[in-house]
Amino acid sequence: MASEEMEQLVRREYKDGFVTDIESDTLPPGLDENTIAFISNKKGEPEWMLEWRLDAYRQWLKMEAPSWAHLDYPPIDYQSISYFSAPKRPEDRPQSLDEVDPKLLETYEKLGIPLHERAALAGVAVDAVFDSVSVATTFKKQLGEAGVIFCSISEAIRDYPELIKQYLGTVVPVADNYFAALNSAVFTDGSFVFVPEGVTCPMELSTYFRINAANTGQFERTLIICESRAQVSYLEGCTAPMRDENQLHAAVVELVALDDAYIKYSTVQNWYPGDENGVGGIYNFVTKRGDCRGDRSRISWTQVETGSAITWKYPSCVLRGKDSIGEFYSVAVTNGRQQADTGTKMIHIGEGTRSYIVAKGISAGRSDQSYRGLVKIGPRAKGARNFTQCDSLLIGDKCGAHTFPYQEIGNSTATIEHEATTSKIGEDQLFYCQSRGISEEDAVSMIVNGFCKDVFQELPMEFAVEAEALLNVTLEGAVG
Amino acid sequence: MLQVNDLHVSVEGNEILKGLTLTIKAGEVHAIMGPNGAGKSTLSAVIAGKDGYEVTQGTITFEGKDVLEMEIEERAQAGLLLGFQYPVEIPGVKNIYLLKSALNAQRVARGEGEMPAPEFMKLVKEKLGYMKMDASFLQRAVNEGFSGGEKKRNEILQMLVLQPKLAMLDEIDSGLDIDAMKIVADGVNSLRAEDRAILLVTHYQRLLDYIVPDKVHVLVDGRIVKTGDAELAKQLEANGYEGIEESVA
Repeated sequence: MASEEMEQLVRREYKDGFVTDIESDTLPPGLDENTIAFISNKKGEPEWMLEWRLDAYRQWLKMEAPSWAHLDYPPIDYQSISYFSAPKRPEDRPQSLDEVDPKLLETYEKLGIPLHERAALAGVAVDAVFDSVSVATTFKKQLGEAGVIFCSISEAIRDYPELIKQYLGTVVPVADNYFAALNSAVFTDGSFVFVPEGVTCPMELSTYFRINAANTGQFERTLIICESRAQVSYLEGCTAPMRDENQLHAAVVELVALDDAYIKYSTVQNWYPGDENGVGGIYNFVTKRGDCRGDRSRISWTQVETGSAITWKYPSCVLRGKDSIGEFYSVAVTNGRQQADTGTKMIHIGEGTRSYIVAKGISAGRSDQSYRGLVKIGPRAKGARNFTQCDSLLIGDKCGAHTFPYQEIGNSTATIEHEATTSKIGEDQLFYCQSRGISEEDAVSMIVNGFCKDVFQELPMEFAVEAEALLNVTLEGAVG
Repeated sequence: MLQVNDLHVSVEGNEILKGLTLTIKAGEVHAIMGPNGAGKSTLSAVIAGKDGYEVTQGTITFEGKDVLEMEIEERAQAGLLLGFQYPVEIPGVKNIYLLKSALNAQRVARGEGEMPAPEFMKLVKEKLGYMKMDASFLQRAVNEGFSGGEKKRNEILQMLVLQPKLAMLDEIDSGLDIDAMKIVADGVNSLRAEDRAILLVTHYQRLLDYIVPDKVHVLVDGRIVKTGDAELAKQLEANGYEGIEESVA
């Protein structure tokens, strides 16, 4: 949508609460079955949901944190985390922008974030600065007319239990991996989208409009379902750097596409990466998976990852339906001391399934980045095709880039193509641009944006513009 | 316009230029010739500000300003422009975007403000025609997949759009067939103007049949050993560099 429209919407008056069921209690640190019962109770969940969570928790207890990723971080003490915390009370938050770190404000300025949003993003206690509630209400009406359900996952559990029972945990099973199991046990927030048969969602959906997600996003759970011939484009995240008290983030996203359905999921992630020594940054362990359950269905992941101290994330597609298509377009940028191990999995099960992977990694500073991708072709996936292109760009000589491509081919009729390049941001390219009168900073941004072009063009337009600005801010001072 | 005085330049401890002195006035076309390894390309690279060259002695001034004190982009903004022997590829960056960014960066630095888009397009199209380049060049990534001749024509196109005060062309003739050379030479000749100077660095005399220089300098072992007019280039063609070295010795 146009930004003016957006501005108008956010200026509307406050109507009613969106998530008001969270009261001012905060659980003390610690995790046991009582913690989970407390969360479930707080959310007003039915008994079966509590059982589902407890099942996940019991399985999690038997699991071990994965150690295969190319990441280095101290062990996480899960008993030192508070699993339910209410939003900060207004009196505990900064009272005005004057109390906010000027550096953060400077970044908002560079990203072109409108003034009234800056305060909200910085956590300032101002009433309805960014009135996400009225925005959501306006949208809900329009969506309702189209038959689209878009609400918080907690609401969905209460209001649409049949859909939840039918789909939740069917793409990412509760014990799929360590972090997914933890999320299944303790998730407190997230989004639910249901697009019924034959409906194209009338607008791009975004969590950006729900500002409270900024404070409660520690264990997010998202479920998106597109019935036959339904389509939706979902935008997650925000280009503004988000600070969070919670260091550990473990989200789960499940997508289900039935016959001829199309889900486009775009992410711009810019969590706080920590200071120059990496202290205080977010650990982001995310499980994202799409299930192309129906014939000719299509799921497309596009991500721009610039934040977090640690990123562990592999948006994947299970290509079950005949002739279904999975796509993964990724730009991951690491600077400072950031570490990212990210990539995708394309699991070809059905006949004639196709997947397309374009991964661009940019490492600067002392950061370290890995692309990890699996292409698996099952025995029944006759004529399956995959194309993978995986490019790394290094800025400076203290950063690292690694590529771990895995291929498991169970069918001789499959076609797999893999292209990989690693290049150092050319001194020669920089000199070339500068010798034309372009400043070093603009030259870096020009070269890096050129490198990312194939991915950016997959983003919704407004997101693409923001993503470019974000890239420039992230890489500021990376050269020289 | 350009004054190079007793310039000594080292690369990784090896002295390449050993006391080079050169004066270029507005309106002149100079050619620097010399055998491989004499330091021809070093001279233009140092003037443009390329990394890795250490100036151990001497000065370079351009319109009275100390060039060695200026950043790379400031030199370009002041009107010094280098055409590359091997222009680099920049994937994903459209040729027209680079041209526009460069032109506007220079204009803004000179306080002229950015050029309005329609005016810019008109300018670029006119210059494209001059270089016999198709408009599709503008939409292609900078030098990516360009043939050798296309890259060289693209360098001259940039010169025509950016209109530098001093155009330095490093081996602009290398790898060109005779037709491409004529187009490139026409482009360069169209740059000749009273308030502009051109510095050609070349190994072969061939180019100078098309772009007739006012002055020819012979660079041997880091120094200019002989200066003359266009006739000198013809002598070189006939006798080779060795003859010059001997006559100097």
